[in-house]
Amino acid sequence: MLIKKPSEGGIILPSDITPREVYEDRRRFIARMAATAAVGTGVWEMANREAFAQAQAAGQRLAAARNAALSTEEKQTSFKDASSYNNYYEFGLDKGDPAENAHTLRTRPWTVTIDGEVKKPVTLDIDRILKLAPLEERVYRLRCVEGWSMVIPWVGYSLSNLLKQVEPTGNAKFVEFTTLADRRQMPGLRSPVLDWPYVEGLRMDEAMHPLALLGLGMYGQVLPNQNGAPVRLVVPWKYGFKSAKSIVRIRLLSRQPRTAWNDSAPREYGFYSNVNPNVDHPRWSQASERRIGEDGFFQKKRKTLMFNGYDQVASLYSGMDLKKFF
Amino acid sequence: MAFNPSSKQLGAIKALVFVLALLPFLRMAWLVFQGVPVEPLEFLTRGTGDWTLYFICITLAVTPLRRITGWNWVIKLRRMLGLYAFFYALLHFVTFFWFDHFFDVAEMLKDVVKRPFITVGFIAFVLLIPLAATSTNAMIKRLGGKRWQWLHRLIYVSAALGILHFWWMKAGKNDFQEPIIFGAIVALLLGLRVYWHYAKKSQAARA
Repeated sequence: MLIKKPSEGGIILPSDITPREVYEDRRRFIARMAATAAVGTGVWEMANREAFAQAQAAGQRLAAARNAALSTEEKQTSFKDASSYNNYYEFGLDKGDPAENAHTLRTRPWTVTIDGEVKKPVTLDIDRILKLAPLEERVYRLRCVEGWSMVIPWVGYSLSNLLKQVEPTGNAKFVEFTTLADRRQMPGLRSPVLDWPYVEGLRMDEAMHPLALLGLGMYGQVLPNQNGAPVRLVVPWKYGFKSAKSIVRIRLLSRQPRTAWNDSAPREYGFYSNVNPNVDHPRWSQASERRIGEDGFFQKKRKTLMFNGYDQVASLYSGMDLKKFF
Repeated sequence: MAFNPSSKQLGAIKALVFVLALLPFLRMAWLVFQGVPVEPLEFLTRGTGDWTLYFICITLAVTPLRRITGWNWVIKLRRMLGLYAFFYALLHFVTFFWFDHFFDVAEMLKDVVKRPFITVGFIAFVLLIPLAATSTNAMIKRLGGKRWQWLHRLIYVSAALGILHFWWMKAGKNDFQEPIIFGAIVALLLGLRVYWHYAKKSQAARA
């Protein structure tokens, strides 16, 4: 069996990418082996790692200059962890499911429709979006509402660059983000856990804040499918689920949109969902977090910071009771 | 039908079951050592929890299996299987105490009180401790068979609380498929006991 390795110099030519039939055939082969092995599960997990390593090798580079002012110096989470420990329910409920299942997501052709309270509604092709503004690398902390965190070097630009293009009207007070919901590509949509499609929202001033990133890549390459390819939101001061993945529509609204998790469990997931160590989730404490790959085994979990340490957004919420608007 | 192993054969069966029951632990340890699971802490927590439930079900299945097949010797495996249920429950508790609270007893207890699904799981674990502690022949003698048997019925409570713990944990994602399966198995195993109990009573009444 021929599995191709990248040419020298790290440049990946189209001819270097292992054809899908080849690696899928290999996967089936490994799966058969796993099924017949006595301690089947161990081999099965290794098989997944194998397939995963293939996908990683095929990652397309996405060059960007580091925005040091908005980046943290903290130790970055490994690409392996960040691309194989994911919450993306459209591809399954377990953390490993998205990495295993998201290969069915077709990220080209891809368009994003921006409409609602705007003077110039538009549907943009992903290639247009990639060139709309200079790409920056921003190393952000990511805090999941479940109590774990990562540090990820994203590639993208401030969401405000995109929103300015469509000239929001004076009525635009909120922004709604809709994730793709296609049963043929997303096996997880059969699960009734959320009312699909996945919808998230921000207040207009939150969306226009320079920290709010339109994410197009990470670790110097285009987004892996399981991380929300080809275009996603990254709002580092809010819990991770606020950052919608694989966005197909952005709608500007005069009223607050419904959001998927708030619909599902309003007592547990508020519209704002700012990272806040003082407001516990009804079922667990939010005072501390486990940095993936670092905390737990040999050291204690670390303290969670207000707004995930992004104090510059505090002024957006001055005068608001953040216990009430959690 | 009535397979009746000699004491030598029984020794071999016991040794085999001992090794088989240890395999899940060895597998988890090996995988973590190899760096296979992305999130080893969650992997260990989930894995030990799953195997606690499996062994509780297996232990509860011994008596029904014995009655249905007439293989009286399987009862001789029950203590080991029950102790394995405790072994995995203990490991499960240790993952929580270590990874979540880094051996801080006060913090751990606060969490036990704060989160209902942990409260329930913690009680289920604590209830298993006296059972493990009184599992020796000497303790059976000291307590007397009847009292010992009564004490060991705590496994029914512990099993039910264990299922509730699992159910509540999965409730966060409205994902009830596995808790329903476990719940059905435990309900069946306990239901059989209730049925046999009443069947015996009515038989006694007729006689």
